[in-house]
Amino acid sequence: MTDVSTPLNATPKVVEPTLFELSSPGRVGVTFPDPDVPRANLPDSLLRADLPLPELAEVDVIRHYMHLSRFNYSVDGGFYPLGSCTMKYNPKINEDAARLPGFAFTHPLQPVETVQGNLVLMHTLQEWLKEISGFAAVSLQPAAGAHGELTGVLMMRAYHHARGDAKRTKMLIPDSAHGTNPASSGMIGLQIVQIPSDSRGNVDLAALRAACDDTVVGLMLTNPNTLGLFDEHVEEVVKIVHDCGGLVYGDGANLNALLGIVRPGDLGFDVMHFNLHKTFSTPHGGGGPGSGPVGAAAHLAEFLPSPLVGVIEEGDGETPPLYGFIEPKHTIGRVKSFHGHFGMLVRAFTYIAMHGPDGLRQVAENAVLNANYLLARLRHTYHVPYDRICMHEFVAEGKVEGSDVRALDISKRLMDYDFHPPTNYFPLIVHEALMIEPTETESKQTLDAFAEALIKIAEEAKTQPDLLHSAPHKTPFGRMDEVKAARDLVLCCWIP
Amino acid sequence: MNIPSHLKYTKTDEWFDPATGKAGLTDYAQSQLSDIVFVEITVGAGDTVEFGKAIASVESVKAAAESYAPVSGKIVAVNEGLANAPETLNSDPYGAGWLVQIEGGDPSGLMDAAAYEKYCAERAH
Repeated sequence: MTDVSTPLNATPKVVEPTLFELSSPGRVGVTFPDPDVPRANLPDSLLRADLPLPELAEVDVIRHYMHLSRFNYSVDGGFYPLGSCTMKYNPKINEDAARLPGFAFTHPLQPVETVQGNLVLMHTLQEWLKEISGFAAVSLQPAAGAHGELTGVLMMRAYHHARGDAKRTKMLIPDSAHGTNPASSGMIGLQIVQIPSDSRGNVDLAALRAACDDTVVGLMLTNPNTLGLFDEHVEEVVKIVHDCGGLVYGDGANLNALLGIVRPGDLGFDVMHFNLHKTFSTPHGGGGPGSGPVGAAAHLAEFLPSPLVGVIEEGDGETPPLYGFIEPKHTIGRVKSFHGHFGMLVRAFTYIAMHGPDGLRQVAENAVLNANYLLARLRHTYHVPYDRICMHEFVAEGKVEGSDVRALDISKRLMDYDFHPPTNYFPLIVHEALMIEPTETESKQTLDAFAEALIKIAEEAKTQPDLLHSAPHKTPFGRMDEVKAARDLVLCCWIP
Repeated sequence: MNIPSHLKYTKTDEWFDPATGKAGLTDYAQSQLSDIVFVEITVGAGDTVEFGKAIASVESVKAAAESYAPVSGKIVAVNEGLANAPETLNSDPYGAGWLVQIEGGDPSGLMDAAAYEKYCAERAH
């Protein structure tokens, strides 16, 4: 392990000037030839004498961004245990597939006869996601997870309205939910009712029963939840909601823990989004975009966004079937221009094809094994409030007995050990939460190095707390003033 | 932890002053949220509020939270100055950091300082 016991000089060690500071008058990247058509005469009112854009050569720009890229931390650069985000390694064969000319150089407005390969891929992915989740139909349109949630809650409301039931206005959401769940429901004007967790981190059944009546649209449930725990009464939870006429939305953010083992559709969920950028290894964060397909049980399938990919002309012995676009009967309409983030669909397809059913099950098994291994190594150093066998992640408290350090200090110090910090301060029901999700792609050596760093940091918290308060020390910049950044917003360095 | 004895308290960490009708976030709430960077009071003078309904949203560097009406009644004043100085909620939660003033509120269902102190202690593990 890197020796980081002595704090280095906390001042920035690398400073990259801005493009404006690098600018040199008259320097250019490209010299345009004289136009071979007559110049248009622009009206004076549209002309300006002064346009202070930076003036740089191509090499200056490339080096600037290359330098900045070295400040980044990425899943290709190191361990990234960001709970709830499933920052697994993205296999590079996904990128090869997405760059195949037949996929990369097609246009969404081409006649379907000319893009049958793309449509077969999309249809096959729909079918695979149905098989993985146990749902009757899947739409690939939503652009990311929260967009899938919005799509799902719109479908739930459309279902109730189609039955002539317009008095349902409440969405039940457990206190361990992702913040996007209340946001998605709030966005369509539903009233949010928070359901507490019980002492084992499950949905509190008594509170759920008390909240269920004929004004409930449904429940949004993440299972395993954000504590990394599989709800021990999930079938009972689903039944209670169904008994009052409500529907159950599944937040698929944590599907990585279930692949090939449990299918949400079989548990009675009515609708769910998938995060292809989490579970199926498409790029994530700044490398996105995301992709959030939605799966629906049979009674909700006709409300899916339009269009789905399907067979529009059956084949026979000589001609293959013709794939095209079909519209669900009571569709909520389009939620995305064209057909979703197609490049992400190719990557997810590739990932599923490379793994096969047994491989996907192994993904879930190893994700759960890795999380439980880290939990076992760390539970004696950091208090874990809901301490039982976890799924793909667990939540510890970022506190050390006899020290005033907080989760933020521990996370910043982890950066000195070359690890990306875990998710901080979420879920809100754990004080000083550190939410750790190793994913299946990490080796025992990496997990051990991470556990040892956290154990060493707990010792430092007692012996040298200031080392943590002022961390990180080995990054290009030290501790940022997050309060000033949030209170004193300056979003632009140059206003034209 | 500062828990003044003349105030009444909610389980959602608001205080209410029966003498003046003022209400705000408790010291416990501000310390849990840490540095508060944004506050938006979502009710205005003249509005009628119901106990438990949201009256403000508060964001800190750690979390976003809602603040709820500690009593039912009529809003007679809101603390306009907080929007430009949200840190007042941290530095003076029971004084300059008041959120709203409510007329006609009945505090009989709220906790007194001793009960609230016990409630905070229970949640601190």
